[in-house]
Amino acid sequence: MMLLRQTVSRLITTLITLFGVAVIVFVVIRVVPGNPIAMMLPPGASETDIERLKTLYGLDKSIFEQFVIWFGNVLHGDFGTSISTRQPVLSLVLDRLPATLELSIMALVMAVAIGGALAVLGTRFRGRKTEAGIDVANGIGLSIPDFLWGLALILLFGVLWPVFQISGRVSPRLELPFTNQFYLFESLARLRFDITADLLSHMFMPALALALPLAAIISQLLKQSLKETVNLDYSVLARTKGYSETKVILSEALPNSILPTLTLVGVQFTFLIGGTVIIERLFSYEGLGNMAIDAVINRDLPLIQGIVILFAILFTFVNLAVDMTYAFLNPKLRHA
Amino acid sequence: MSGFLEIRGLSARLAGTGQRLLRSVDISLPAGSVRGLVGESGAGKSMIGKAVLGVLPKAVEVIEGEILLDGQDLQKVSPAERRRLIGAKAALIPQDPLTALNPSRRIGPQITDRLVDILGWTKARAATRALEVLAEVSIPEPERIMRLYPHELSGGMRQRILIASAFAAEPKLIVADEPTTALDVTVQKQILKLISELQARHGTALLFVTHDLGVVSKVCDTLSVLYAGKVVEDTTVERFFAAPQHGYSSALLAATPRHTDPSSSLKPVPREVLDAVAAEVAASDAAWRPSGGARG
Ligand SMILES: Nc1ncnc2c1ncn2[C@@H]1O[C@H](COP(=O)(O)OP(=O)(O)OP(=O)(O)O)[C@@H](O)[C@H]1O
Ligand SMILES: [Mg+2]
Repeated sequence: MMLLRQTVSRLITTLITLFGVAVIVFVVIRVVPGNPIAMMLPPGASETDIERLKTLYGLDKSIFEQFVIWFGNVLHGDFGTSISTRQPVLSLVLDRLPATLELSIMALVMAVAIGGALAVLGTRFRGRKTEAGIDVANGIGLSIPDFLWGLALILLFGVLWPVFQISGRVSPRLELPFTNQFYLFESLARLRFDITADLLSHMFMPALALALPLAAIISQLLKQSLKETVNLDYSVLARTKGYSETKVILSEALPNSILPTLTLVGVQFTFLIGGTVIIERLFSYEGLGNMAIDAVINRDLPLIQGIVILFAILFTFVNLAVDMTYAFLNPKLRHA
Repeated sequence: MSGFLEIRGLSARLAGTGQRLLRSVDISLPAGSVRGLVGESGAGKSMIGKAVLGVLPKAVEVIEGEILLDGQDLQKVSPAERRRLIGAKAALIPQDPLTALNPSRRIGPQITDRLVDILGWTKARAATRALEVLAEVSIPEPERIMRLYPHELSGGMRQRILIASAFAAEPKLIVADEPTTALDVTVQKQILKLISELQARHGTALLFVTHDLGVVSKVCDTLSVLYAGKVVEDTTVERFFAAPQHGYSSALLAATPRHTDPSSSLKPVPREVLDAVAAEVAASDAAWRPSGGARG
C-alpha cells in the first residue's frame, strides 16, 4: 500500500520534472541567437526560400504555439524530424543511445572497481603511508575534470604509448554483423571476442576519463565509512573469532559501508553521463553526446529537444535504479 | 598450579601520550572457574579482556608481560597464529547486543562463521551445532531465527544469540564484558543466570567484567579489584565479602547497596581512600622498571 502510494507520487513528480525540462529546453534554444534555417541554405538564399522553410518546420509560429504542437506530437511518440539530417529524431536518438549507455556503464564499472579497491586498500593500511598515498591520489582525481583526464590519456596512451584506440567506437575494418546498437553485449553474446576486444580498446580511454573523478569520490567516501565501521562492535567481535583484518573489512564492514556511499554515487553517475557529451566529442565516439554537439552546432532544434528529453529520462531511471538498489541492500527497508 | 589463562606482569600504555593503562597485571584463571574483574569506570577492565582476545585498540601498546592461553604465549606467536588460537579457544560475550551483531548479515551465518571459516567444520555440521546452542539458550524456532536479520529481534533475544554464538565452538575461555548492562533490568537476571548455567555445564573458564559486586557474589569464584590499571586485590569471593584486604576494596564493598536492584549505581568511594590508592599506584610506578625493551 505504502509502496504503491510512493510509486505513484514518484511517477507524478517525474512527469512534472520531464515537462519542466521540456519547457525550459524548448524556450532556451529558441531565444539564443542562431538560425537553423540559415544553416541549411547556401549563402544568399532568397527571402521567400527562407520563409518557405520556416513555415515547413513551423518556425513562423509563436514559441507557445510551437510548443503546443510539438508536445502534442510527443504524446503520440513523434519527436519530429531532424532539420540537419531530415530523419526522425526518435530513431536517430535511440540509435545512438546504446553507445552512450555502454560507455557510461563501462565508466561506472571502472569507477566502482578502482574506487572500491583503493578504499579497501586504504582501510587495510589505515594510518600508514599507503593511506596517505591514496588520499593524495583521491585529491588529484577529484580536482581534475574528466575532459582533462581525457587529454592526458590521449597523450599517454594515444601518443607516447599507443596501445589503445584513440577515436571512434569500433574499427571500420571489422565487418559488423550486428542487429542492434548494443555492440558490446551483442559481440559477447555472439562470442565474437575479437570485436569485443576492439570495442573495449576504443572504450578504454573515454571510459577511464569519465571514471577517474567518480573513482576518487567513491574511494574517499567508502574509505571514510569503512574506517568507522571496522571499529564497531560487530567488527571487533569478528576479530575475536579469528578473522583477519582484510576479511573483517570485506565481509563485516563493506556490506554496511556500501549503503551510505550509494546515494551519492547515484547523483555522481548522472554527472558522469552528462560528461559523455564532451568526452565522446574528444574521442569521436559515436554516441548521444557527440550527436548533441552536432545538433547544437547545426541549431537542429527538434534533435536538441529529443536528446535533452532522453538524457532527462535517463537521469530519472538512474535515480530510480539507485533507490531500488538501496532498498534491496538495506535489510531494514527490505522487510518493512 | 597454572591456569588455562595466565596473565603475567602485563603492562600497556597509550602510544601517543605514554599514559599507562595496565600496570603489571597478574591474573590466573584455572579451567572451568570464574573470575570477576571489578573497578571503577576507566580502571582497565575492558582493556584486559581486549588484550586476552587480541583486539587492543591500535593506540594501545603492550610494554611487557605475557598472556598465556592454554600454555601458549600470545605475544610470541605470529599474528595469524594468534588469531587462530584465540578464535579456537576463546570467545567474547559483548556488552551491547544491539551493536554486536552485524545488521546486514543474517543471524545464522553470524553463529556458524567461526565454525566453518576458522575451525574448518562442514556447513552442515556447523548448522546443526548452531541449532543446538540456540536451543540451549532457549531461543524458540531456531531454524526460523537463523534466517532473520538482527533488527527483527529484541535486545534480550540478541544477547541470547550472542551467548549461543560464544559457546558454539566449545571454547575453554569466555570473556564477558558487562554482558547485561545494556539490557532491561528484568532481562538482566535471566541473562546472568543463563551465562552462569552454561559456564557451569560446559566447564568454561569465564573472565567476567562488571561494575556490580552483587553480580560478582552470584557468578564468580575469584575476583581482581582494579584501580588505574593495577590489580589492588586478588582474592576469592568468600574472602572478599567476609574481609576485604585492601582499603579500596572495603570502600567499594561498603559503597555497594545490598539486596537492592542491581542497576542502582555505586555510592562514591570516600576521597581519602582514593587518595591512598592513587598514592600506592604512584609509588609502584616509581619503583617499576620495564624488564624487557618497550615493544613498538
Ligand atoms: N580506544 C582507546 N584509545 C585510547 N584510550 C583508550 C581507548 N579505550 C580505552 N581507553 C582508555 O583506557 C583506559 C581503560 O579503559 P577500559 O575501557 O579498560 O575501562 P573499563 O574499566 O572497562 O571502564 P568501563 O567500566 O567504563 O567500561 C581508560 O582510561 C580509557 O580512557
Ligand atoms: Mg569497559
